[in-house]
Amino acid sequence: MRSPDIQGSSQSGASMKRTEIEIMDAEKVERIIDNHRCEPGSLIQILLDIQAELHWLPKEALAMVSEKLHVPMSRIQHTATFYKAFSLVPKGRHEINICMGTACHVRGAPRVLEVVQNLIGIQPGETDAEMKFSLGTVNCLGCCALGPVMEIDAERLGKLAPATTAGLLKGYD
Amino acid sequence: MINSPAELEKLRQEILSKRDPGTTRISICAGAGCLATGAGKVITAFGEEIEKQGLRNDVNIKGTGCPGFCERGPVVVIDPEDICYLQVTPKDVPEIVAQTIKEKKVVDRLLYVDQTKNEKAVHEADIPFYKNQERNIIGNNIKIDPKCIDDYLALGGYSALAKALFQMTSEQVVEEVKHSKLRGRGGGGFPTGIKWEAARNAPGDTKYVIVNADEGDPGAFMDRAVLEGNPHSILEGLIIGAYAIGSHEGYIYVRQEYPLALENAGIAIKQAEEHGFFGTNILGSGFDFYVKVHRGAGAFVCGEETALLLSLEGKPGEPRARPPYPATRGLWGKPTNINNVETWANVPLIINKGADWFNQFGTERSKGTKIFSLVGKIRNTGLVEVPMGVTLRDIIYKIGDGIPGSKKFKAVQTGGPAGGCIPEAHLDTAVDFDELTKAGAIMGSGGMIVMDEDTCMVDVARYFLNFLSEESCGKCSPCREGVKRMHQILTNITEGRGKEGDIELLEELALSTRSASLCALGRSAPNPVLSTIRHFRDEYETHIRDKMCPSHSCKELISYYIDPDKCGACRICPRECTSGAIIGDKNQIHVIDQAKCNKCGTCFEICPARFGAVIRLSGKPVPAPIPEEMRVIVRKRNPKREKQDAGNLLTD
Amino acid sequence: MREISLQIDGREVAATEDMTILAAAKNAGISIPTVCHYEKLQPFGGCRLCTVEAEVGGRTNLVAACVYPVQKDLVVTTRSEQIDKIRKVLTEQLLAYAPESEVLENLAREYQAEKDRFAKEPSFCILCGLCVRYCAEIKQKNAVGFVDRGPNREISFIPEIAASECWDCKECFPLCPTSALQAAFVLMRSLTSSRSFVKPASNKQDEINSITERNQHNGSPAALLQAAAKG
Repeated sequence: MRSPDIQGSSQSGASMKRTEIEIMDAEKVERIIDNHRCEPGSLIQILLDIQAELHWLPKEALAMVSEKLHVPMSRIQHTATFYKAFSLVPKGRHEINICMGTACHVRGAPRVLEVVQNLIGIQPGETDAEMKFSLGTVNCLGCCALGPVMEIDAERLGKLAPATTAGLLKGYD
Repeated sequence: MINSPAELEKLRQEILSKRDPGTTRISICAGAGCLATGAGKVITAFGEEIEKQGLRNDVNIKGTGCPGFCERGPVVVIDPEDICYLQVTPKDVPEIVAQTIKEKKVVDRLLYVDQTKNEKAVHEADIPFYKNQERNIIGNNIKIDPKCIDDYLALGGYSALAKALFQMTSEQVVEEVKHSKLRGRGGGGFPTGIKWEAARNAPGDTKYVIVNADEGDPGAFMDRAVLEGNPHSILEGLIIGAYAIGSHEGYIYVRQEYPLALENAGIAIKQAEEHGFFGTNILGSGFDFYVKVHRGAGAFVCGEETALLLSLEGKPGEPRARPPYPATRGLWGKPTNINNVETWANVPLIINKGADWFNQFGTERSKGTKIFSLVGKIRNTGLVEVPMGVTLRDIIYKIGDGIPGSKKFKAVQTGGPAGGCIPEAHLDTAVDFDELTKAGAIMGSGGMIVMDEDTCMVDVARYFLNFLSEESCGKCSPCREGVKRMHQILTNITEGRGKEGDIELLEELALSTRSASLCALGRSAPNPVLSTIRHFRDEYETHIRDKMCPSHSCKELISYYIDPDKCGACRICPRECTSGAIIGDKNQIHVIDQAKCNKCGTCFEICPARFGAVIRLSGKPVPAPIPEEMRVIVRKRNPKREKQDAGNLLTD
Repeated sequence: MREISLQIDGREVAATEDMTILAAAKNAGISIPTVCHYEKLQPFGGCRLCTVEAEVGGRTNLVAACVYPVQKDLVVTTRSEQIDKIRKVLTEQLLAYAPESEVLENLAREYQAEKDRFAKEPSFCILCGLCVRYCAEIKQKNAVGFVDRGPNREISFIPEIAASECWDCKECFPLCPTSALQAAFVLMRSLTSSRSFVKPASNKQDEINSITERNQHNGSPAALLQAAAKG
């Protein structure tokens, strides 16, 4: 049994800034929903656009989508947690995804993942404390001939080895 | 806007007349694979060098679709000579322009070399990887810039559409596809023509056609290459299918992990629309058709038809019971025809060249060609298109050029998570829809993952069950619980906690999971387990009984050890060790601290061949480190050797 | 409505073309076990306990009786060695979550399922979906739904809706084959009451306590309810 992650009320000092961000985000979300003409079949496309824009799906955004599309919150919640492209918590500035497809696996992807885990100190699905890196795994990027493959901020790097992976993560702030 | 077949032909002739076949053309693969190895920079480098040499008006450069030779990318083809260069870097570009473009000389070092015969191949057509294929579909990729519709038109694109709309009735189109015996290329293998006929005959005016580009099998990227590289071929097939069935609205469902395919599909649709191949009154035929691209959101199960339909409706992708089949009740309850990318790509060929032409390829019950992704422990990784009926052995050895590093072949995994592993004994099995099932596998969507002696087959089964437990929708209990339990048992076995009776328990769980699951994901989930038990039972037994991994792969069951008699104290492995577990210095034999070792295997890979001192032990205790005073090596200095070793330290 | 004749367990059974095998069997007095089925809801096809053999056109398939539509000349077998084996394993898998469930205990007796075959699970929800579907289809409030997928699938309440709707309704509670639903709800209440935006009415604490007492089992469900009620 679980309640979806609800962002608790903010400290008074930061609440002013947070409201400004909320208004900006709300406008972006509204625009995205309108672009899809509020069709209920577009729910996943709308959530993908919000995820791309805000790098996560805030609960307030989901509430807006529920209202405008006339889709019950339970279905939105199920959809947002069912599909792995979505995150209900804020992501870091740089998203790292390591391919765990069969071809990459056979060429040693689990060892590359371990090196990255040890370096950043987080597990797949987590974000580090400085909100710099978010780590995830993905089940096949389709670059199978170049395995193991890692994607950082949509840039793909192939033919990885545990020894050389550390160097690739430098230079990101 | 083109308003008749005659106008289309006129436009085609105009395009061709502006293209002198004698002009020098440089085609660089711009598929996702080559881009990830730097093809973008190569394209820019060519642009700059051509400009610098003042050749802008004489030479055409284009980024093209993926020709499939991914192991050797970036791939560059120079025409009209059809010279093929491999693994091209920006540094090679000035030489290529100076030698090949200007002097018409070949740059030897960039050519393909056959490892066994030690021969070089100059022309793309002579490279054994390509020569032994029948590239009806993927052969065009290197000739097309996917962002340019003119390239597709120059090759005869959309002539099949014109023929279907103006020279055939919709019934005749269905008959032709039935006659071709084309079977679905996504893994199901259902006769396409019969599927179309069912949708065509279903009552109702609103019908949908869908391209299933949710290629989720890990290790398979055929659809990615075709959709990215030649999107118009799929669009043309789709509109022909829509005409045949009586549908006016279609979707292309693309997984969001394929951003370049999404981009190129979007560009293609826009350009096709501008030319009048989509929309109202296509080519003046009176037929209307509209298409939209719809992104997946990271769910393998959405490759299943009914789950895909729910995803299009904005819902979680939980498969539903069939009957009713999508052909009668599909998207929004309307008759719907869903086909795989490669299936659609075959349609324009069948319409243009005829079902009889198509039937000359393949076997009695499996007609045509199939694209396979040949990956894993194989020299020539990439996409391979062959007629059905070619044997696994021919694909792996004739086209794939065998296993690298003088390792021994162990198994080839086909059919993705629904498939099985085929050992050496069955390598002469013909690859088609039916033969592979006798060996305990399936052809599936075309993934072929080659494994060698270093691959642990129990770990392979565990890997697939892990994948399936992440991707199962969880609606039905046989799959949700069965996959979870099988995965737990396999994990225990690979981590040294296997028990007597585990194999029998796996077989029992396999029965209920395969028999009672709601959809094909659950029903085929036991396949990787059952096929590896069938062909590699001894590996299971060794893991369980002896707590040993014969392939030295399962981390919990192996240890890395430096043989003190062989260690040359070159200091490479202490430097490269990812967990700082190796103690050793110049003239001091290196030792691995087992407590710190994370089993990444770097030391094993990196120890110079002349020492070969790092070994893997499994099923036996690690010898205690020799006393420190005995680790000192006294030897004559070899400055040349030291320099070489130091060089290795820097460049590795 | 067209009449269809089919065979179930060797008997000729009359049905109409809109019926499922389960409905046709029930009409004929043949019982097929179910867990996730409820007359007033759309059939779900999730638990698969109703798996039967269905032969048509020479091919025999294993199908879920609650969703498979009847066809002319269909030959159905509701019990066989294969079917019994399947039902046994499915029951054993679900017993790992809810060993005290009456529905599952009955099945265990009939199919000789061993309660302790599989390692015990911390959750006692067997994801039959009855609560979710009842709230969606009958009450149309959608106060509870599924989240996530695969082995991570769970039920989850929408706090804002549940806070205003559930206390006065609770119609889905008796449908739950285990005590998961009551526990889930009470746990959710305790979570929302510690956050300021949704508070339970003060007279509801007694009701929480009485539910706890009514659901005394030896084992985790009651402990969880107690802890949640205090929380």
